[in-house]
Amino acid sequence: MFKSIRSAFVMILECIVMSFDNIRGNKVRSFLTLLGIMIGVTAVITLISTVSGVSGSIASSFSDMGVGTLTVTVTGSDLKTGMNPDDLAKVAALESVDGIVPSVSLNGRVSYGKTVETNVSVSGKNAYYFQLNDELIEHGRALNFIDDDNRSYVCVLSKEMVDTFFFGVNPVGETLYVSGLPFLVVGRYEEDSGGGIAAIFSGKPNIMIPYTTALSINNSNEVNSFTVYLADGVDSEAAKTDIENLMDQIFDFEDDCFTVTSMASIEETMNTMLGMMSTLLAGIASIALVVGGIGIMNMMLTTVTERTTEIGLKKALGAIPWQIQIQFLIESFLLSMFGGLLGVVFGLILSYALCHVLGTTFVLNGGAIALGVGFSAAVGIIFGWAPARKASRLNPIDALRSI
Amino acid sequence: MANDVFFDMRGIDKDYIMGGEPVHVLKKINLSIDEGEYLSVLGPSGSGKSTLMNIIGCLDTPTAGEYTLRGREVEELDERELAQLRSREIGFIFQNSQLLPRLNALKNVELPLIYAGIPPRERRRRAEAMLERVGLSDRMDHLPTQLSGGQQQRVAIARALVGNPSILLADEPTGALDQKTGAQIMALFQELNDEHRTIIMITHDMNIAKHARRVVNIIDGEISEGRRDADV
Repeated sequence: MFKSIRSAFVMILECIVMSFDNIRGNKVRSFLTLLGIMIGVTAVITLISTVSGVSGSIASSFSDMGVGTLTVTVTGSDLKTGMNPDDLAKVAALESVDGIVPSVSLNGRVSYGKTVETNVSVSGKNAYYFQLNDELIEHGRALNFIDDDNRSYVCVLSKEMVDTFFFGVNPVGETLYVSGLPFLVVGRYEEDSGGGIAAIFSGKPNIMIPYTTALSINNSNEVNSFTVYLADGVDSEAAKTDIENLMDQIFDFEDDCFTVTSMASIEETMNTMLGMMSTLLAGIASIALVVGGIGIMNMMLTTVTERTTEIGLKKALGAIPWQIQIQFLIESFLLSMFGGLLGVVFGLILSYALCHVLGTTFVLNGGAIALGVGFSAAVGIIFGWAPARKASRLNPIDALRSI
Repeated sequence: MANDVFFDMRGIDKDYIMGGEPVHVLKKINLSIDEGEYLSVLGPSGSGKSTLMNIIGCLDTPTAGEYTLRGREVEELDERELAQLRSREIGFIFQNSQLLPRLNALKNVELPLIYAGIPPRERRRRAEAMLERVGLSDRMDHLPTQLSGGQQQRVAIARALVGNPSILLADEPTGALDQKTGAQIMALFQELNDEHRTIIMITHDMNIAKHARRVVNIIDGEISEGRRDADV
C-alpha cells in the first residue's frame, strides 16, 4: 500500500515536470490559451476588490456623517410647500432631537473688486451646524443664532475662496458680493477633509451664509430638506416616529408631504445595491472563466490528437490508462492555474490602481484571491477531464499506427 | 497448462470487420518460443505480421485461441493487466525509434520505469547502466534531435531493455537506417542474444530476418516454420 502511494506520488511529480516541458514547448499556444483564464480571474479579483473597497469607504463616510442622524425631505402639500424656520424650531425642540441642520443651497456669482467667480456653490447653514463642527472655523468667527434670526448678510469662506479673492490679505472684515448683495466676511474654514467618496456625497460648498439669508435670496421662507441630529442614546426609529407625528400636524395630516430617512437605511440600500451589482458583475466575469475553460479544453483536445503517437508509445511502454489520464489532467490543471495566478497578480495591480483613482482604501481581499485560484483550478480539472479521458482511452494499436 | 511455460500460442485467430466484411487476419497461429531464442517473423506487408506483433506485445487480444506468456493467460486479461504485463515482460523497439523529442536520452530510457513505479534514484542508475550497455554513456543528456539515426535506435533499445523484459519485440528495427548502421544494430542484437535475451524481430526484409537463429514466415495470416540460418 505504502509502496503504491509512493509510486503514484513519484508518477505525479514526473507528470508535473513533463507538463511544464509541454507547456514550454508550445509557448505561444499555451499563453493564448491561459489568457482566457487570466482575463476572467483578473476581472473577478478587480471587481470584488473594488466593490469591497467602495462599500467600505461608503460605510465609513456614512458613519462619519450619519451616526444618529435622520434626513428629512419635504415635498409639501398645495397649501404648504416646505418647512419655515418656526416649523424647524418645533422639530429642534423635540425631546429626542439634539438639533437640526437645514440644507439650502444656491449657485451664485461672487465678486470682490475686479475678481469675479461664477457658479460658486453657496450653502445656507445654521448656528447649530457650526456648534456640531466646532473645529471647522480656522480664522475669524462662526455663524451664530443672531445671524440666523437677523438674516444677516455675513459669510464664511472656504480656504480656496480666500485664496481666490483675498490672496495674502486678511479677508475678515472685507465685503464681497454674492448675487449682487453685499456680504461681510466673518471667517474662514478648512474644506471638508473627508475627500474621495465622502466629498461627492456631502458636497463641497465654497461659501456658507446663514440659511435664513439664503432663503430670502431665493425669495422663499421654506426649507425642503434638513438633517436631524438625535439626542444621545435615542433610538432612531422612535425619533423617526416623533418627527413624523409632529410633521403630520404641521402639514395638517396631508399624505405624502415628507419622508424621514435614517442614514442606516440608506446605507443598507446602498450596500444591497452594491452587493447586487458585484454579484452581477462577478457573474459576467465568470462567463469569461467558462470561455477560458473551453479554450483550455480545445487546446487539450488538440494536444491529445497531436500526441496520439506519444500516448500509444507510453501505453506500449507499460503506462496504464490512469497514468495517461493524470498526465493530461495535470497539464490542463497547471495551464489553468498558471493563468489564474497571472490573473490574481494583474487583478491586484488593477484594483490597487482603481482604488487609488477612486480614493478608496485598497484592502487585500484574501477571499477574492482564494476564489480566483480556486476557480481556475476547478476550470482546469473540469475542462481537462474530457480530453484526458479521451487520451487514456486511446487504443494503443490505433495510436501506434500513425507511426 | 504449466506455469513455467515461457511463450506459447495455440490456435490464435484474429478477425477484423472491415467495410462490414469480417477479415481473417490471423488464422490458427501456433507458435512456441523458448527463453533465450532469437526469432524473426518474416512476411510481406498485409501478411498480418503487424497484428501478430500487437498480440505478441500484449497490445491486443486474439479473437480466439490461447496465448500464454510466462504462465499468464493473456487472452483473459483486461486493459490494465495488459499494461502491467507489457511493462514487465515486453520491450518494444519501433522502426523510427519513437523517442520523445523533448526528453534527453537518459529521460527517454527512464520512461518505462516511471510507469513501473521505480523511485527516481534507482531509475537513473538503471537507465545510465543501460545506455552504457548500448555504448552511449557519453550521450546521456543529448536530445534525440542531437543524435544520429543509429544512436537514436540504440537509445530505443536501451529503453526497451531497461525494464529487464522477458522479450525484446522489434518491429523493423533497421527500417529507417542505412545499411552500415543497420548492421551495427544487428550486431548489437546478436550480442544481446548471446547474453541470453529473447528477441522477436518482425520484418519484411529477408536479409535482416536471416540474422535471427530461427525464422518463421507469415503469409496471408498463416505461419510456417522457415529454414534455420544454419541451413542456408
